[in-house]
This record gives sequence, C-alpha cells and structure tokens, in this order.
Amino acid sequence: MRSVPALGVPVGTLRVLPVRAWNIRALVAGPALLVGPLLLFMAAFYGYPVLAMLARSVTDPHPTLANFAQLAGDGVFLHVFGNTLRTALVVTIGTLLLGYPVALALSRMRPTAATITLTLVLLPFWTSVLVRSYAWMVLLGRRGLINEALRALDIIQTPLKLLNTSFAVDIAMVHILLPYMILPIASVMRQIDPSLPRAAAGMGATPWGAFRQVILPLSMPGALAGTLLVFVLSLGFYITPALVGGPRDLMLSQLIAQQVDLLNWPYAACLSVTLLGATLVLLAATQVLPGVRGAFRLGSR
Amino acid sequence: MKNRPPLLLLTSLVLLFLALPIVLIVTVSFSSAVYLTFPPPAFGLRWYRAYLGSADWLASTWLSLAVAAATVALATILGTLAALGLTRLPRAVRTAAAALILSPLIVPGIVVAIGIYYAFSRWGLIGSPVGLVLAHTCLAVPFVVTSVSASLANFDRRLEQAARSLGATPWGAFRQVTLPLIRPGVLVGALFAFITSFDELIVALFLSGSGAVTLPRRMWDDLRFAIDPTIAAVSTLTIVFTALLLGGAHVLRQRTAR
Repeated sequence: MRSVPALGVPVGTLRVLPVRAWNIRALVAGPALLVGPLLLFMAAFYGYPVLAMLARSVTDPHPTLANFAQLAGDGVFLHVFGNTLRTALVVTIGTLLLGYPVALALSRMRPTAATITLTLVLLPFWTSVLVRSYAWMVLLGRRGLINEALRALDIIQTPLKLLNTSFAVDIAMVHILLPYMILPIASVMRQIDPSLPRAAAGMGATPWGAFRQVILPLSMPGALAGTLLVFVLSLGFYITPALVGGPRDLMLSQLIAQQVDLLNWPYAACLSVTLLGATLVLLAATQVLPGVRGAFRLGSR
Repeated sequence: MKNRPPLLLLTSLVLLFLALPIVLIVTVSFSSAVYLTFPPPAFGLRWYRAYLGSADWLASTWLSLAVAAATVALATILGTLAALGLTRLPRAVRTAAAALILSPLIVPGIVVAIGIYYAFSRWGLIGSPVGLVLAHTCLAVPFVVTSVSASLANFDRRLEQAARSLGATPWGAFRQVTLPLIRPGVLVGALFAFITSFDELIVALFLSGSGAVTLPRRMWDDLRFAIDPTIAAVSTLTIVFTALLLGGAHVLRQRTAR
C-alpha cells in the first residue's frame, strides 16, 4: 500500500477532513457541472422537441381537449388502435410460448452449451431490426423460401400470399422480440436454488410435478417481466409493420408517421400522447408488481 | 436437473427459428442470380461488387460511419462526465436527472423521431449530418451513462481522494486514477453508442432529407422499390461489422469483471 510521505501513514487510514461550508458548496457545484452539459444538451435536442410536439395535441388551434375527444369517435384511429393491441397481444403470447422453454432449457445447461445458446439468442438481438425485417421479406415473398419450398413439395400450386399480411407482421415481430422474453426469464431461473426441484423429486414429485409446483411459480416474475417488456415494445413498432405488413392493417406508429407526412401535427401529437401514455402506464406497472423489478435489473446486465 | 429430449428439441427449433433469417441473408448475398431464388444456382461475389461499385451505397456508408463517429465522440464525453457527476448528486436530483437521460430507451422511437423532426425542421437541420449527430447522441447517451455508471459502482472513490491529498489536481486525479479504472466501461459505452447510431433508422427517415442519406435509410428506400440482393450483401457486411464490435465489447466487459 502506498503511504503519504509527509505523514508516514497508509492512505486508507487518513481521517476525512472536517467539512466546511465551502466544501459543501463544492460538493454540489462539482457534480452539477459534470451532469449539466448533458442535461442541457438533451433538454435542447430531445426534451424540448418532443414536448413541443406533444403540446400541439392540446394547444391547436387554441387550448383544448377536443382533439382527444375526437379520437373516441374516430373510426380509423379505433381500427388502428385495435390492430396495435391485437398485434402486441399475439406477439407477446407467441414469444412467451417459444421463449419460456428456451429459458428453462438454458437454466439447466452446462456452461459451454449455455454460452453457445446465449450467443445464438443474442446474435439476432444485435442485428438491426431493418436487416431482420428484410430477411422476413425474403422468406415470405411470393417467390420466397417458404413458397418455393411448399411448391417443391407439391403442397401448393400457386404461391400463398404471406408477405404484406398481419401474419407476416406477427411472425417477424415474434422473431425480433424473442430475446426480450428469453433474457428476463432466464435471469430469474438462474437464481432458483437447484436443490428445490431436487427436494421435490426426493419427496416423490414427478418431473412434471416438480416443474409445475416449484419451477413454474418461482419463475413467474421473470415471465411477467418479459411479457410486459415485449408488450410495451410491440406497441411502438414501426419499421417491421411498415416493411412486411399490409396497407390495411396499420399500427399506431405507422398512422403517426402518415399524419406527419400530411403535416397534420395536432392529430399526430394526439396519437403520440396516446402511445406514450400506454407505454408509461405499462412500465409503471412493472415497478409496482412484486419481483418484476429485480428481473429487469438482472435482465439488463 | 437434466434437459429432457422434448424440451431440447423444442429449444433447438426455436434457436433455428432465430438463426434462420440471418443465415438466409448471408446465403442470398453470395448468390449469383439476379432474382432471389432458392437454392442459389451458383455462388459468387457479384452483389458485393455491385455494392462496392455503387457511388450511392459507398457515400451512404461513409456518411453513416462519420455520423456514428461524431455521435460516439459527443455521447462518450457528455455521458462519461454525467455518469461521474450522477453518483455524487443528492438522491432526489439524481433520480430526476437519470429519468431524463435514460428516457430515450423507453419513449417509442416514432415519438422521439417526429418530435425531433418537428423542432429540427424549424432550425434548418433537415438533410444535414449535424442534425443526425445531435439526434443520435441523445439516443446513444443512455448506453454510455449506464455502462460507465456500472464500472463506477466498483470504483473506490477513496483512491481519487488519496490522489488529491497527495497533491494531484482534480484533472490529474481523474486522468491518472479514475479514468484508467473506468476505461473498459467507457469503451463499452462508446461501442454501443456507435452501433446505436450506425443502425438507427426511424430518426433518419425524418431527418435525412435528400442531403444526408445514411446506410439504413438507403436500404429502406431500396426495399420499398425492389428487393435487390445488393441489400443482402450490405446487410451481411453490417452483421459482420456489428458482431466484431460486440465481440470487442464482450472482451472489454470480461476485463471489467476481473
């Protein structure tokens, strides 16, 4: 250990100097100077722009809530909103059904196998959404891999219309969001004491019984965290539905972009407030539900 | 507990489902055919040559690299300073500041994009790389702040106090003591900032105009007209590029953990 030459004592044993008034001021001023530049930057180029845009929903043409009242009777909005909720629900159920078994298997693998599996889960996770959506365009197209394979096997004569349907959106989004389901569940499962299912087996539980009565309940916080995360992320999807979806089944984000193209800012802002509100309410739920917070913290590591 | 065959089979199928589209893109990129046909009649580098021979694709590639590099510089400096300051702020102030800084991770992409478009179009920042860098920095900074904060959590602040009591200036103590210890966290944050900007599309859709067409933006424009295998070649290159960066981040992280 290094020591302070003048005093001849180890550094760690130095007493903290008494705090004086100017010390306290420096204590607050220092950090503020460090955080300040970023806060100002984000306020100018992100906070203000987004808030100014959202404000158009209640200030146009004069302070009013009429824009929101109109949404309730707006057939286009209700159709798009319903389609967005339906897509988010289907995608969430799909990722849960496919992701839970992977997380379960992952928790029981040896380190090497687990690393390989995790890499396979994370590789698409870090491939851009655009590239993965393009891959699904290639797979589902009229002359895509699936249609060609079905034709080669003589199952169909004329190509199926798979691309530009809500089915295409569902399957591509399940593919893109699967890692967000697998990771929180896997991180909760890793924490389950392995002696618990063994104890259940020792007391006569069948493997299925041990799973249903021990693993399943203990992994619920992870499943809940993944479910909420996937649902929230689904609500805001834009690129994938725009590329592989049909023109009739718009999602909320697409309708917002369309309204901006038409320079209909008050309507676009109203839709944005709705989308943002739904996102924040669902995320607030994750902070309240027991156990879910921990799953998120681990999942983000 | 052992995995039973049905569970392993199901897991393998899901992993195949995850990998298949990416394997497919890489395969298509080496096809010799003009149209997308399966299996490709022969393999070749035709679409890579098409990419390298196109001034438009190359210009977009350079623009994306330049925007990402500038974003990394801004986001890393602002984010590292902020992370250093955040740990020392009173709890209530810290929570509020962190909420603003991390919110781009939560707010839906389209809402951020049209908000920025709304303000930047008044400021004359459409079709300019500057606008893209400013916007991308806001989107990338959360990754820098979380990464640096994580390495600061393992950092003993008494080391910095010791350096100060030995006569180091605040800057000297930071440069010689703090920075070397949190460097892996800073570098990981910088890598994620780079990937965030390099892959970013939604903001670019609104800000690019005709003067600053980034690589994802050009891919998007092409996809809307024709599915040309050149995009598969570009996609493959970006997949490899991103994988290399992530490999680097992984190595750095393991070094941090030690």
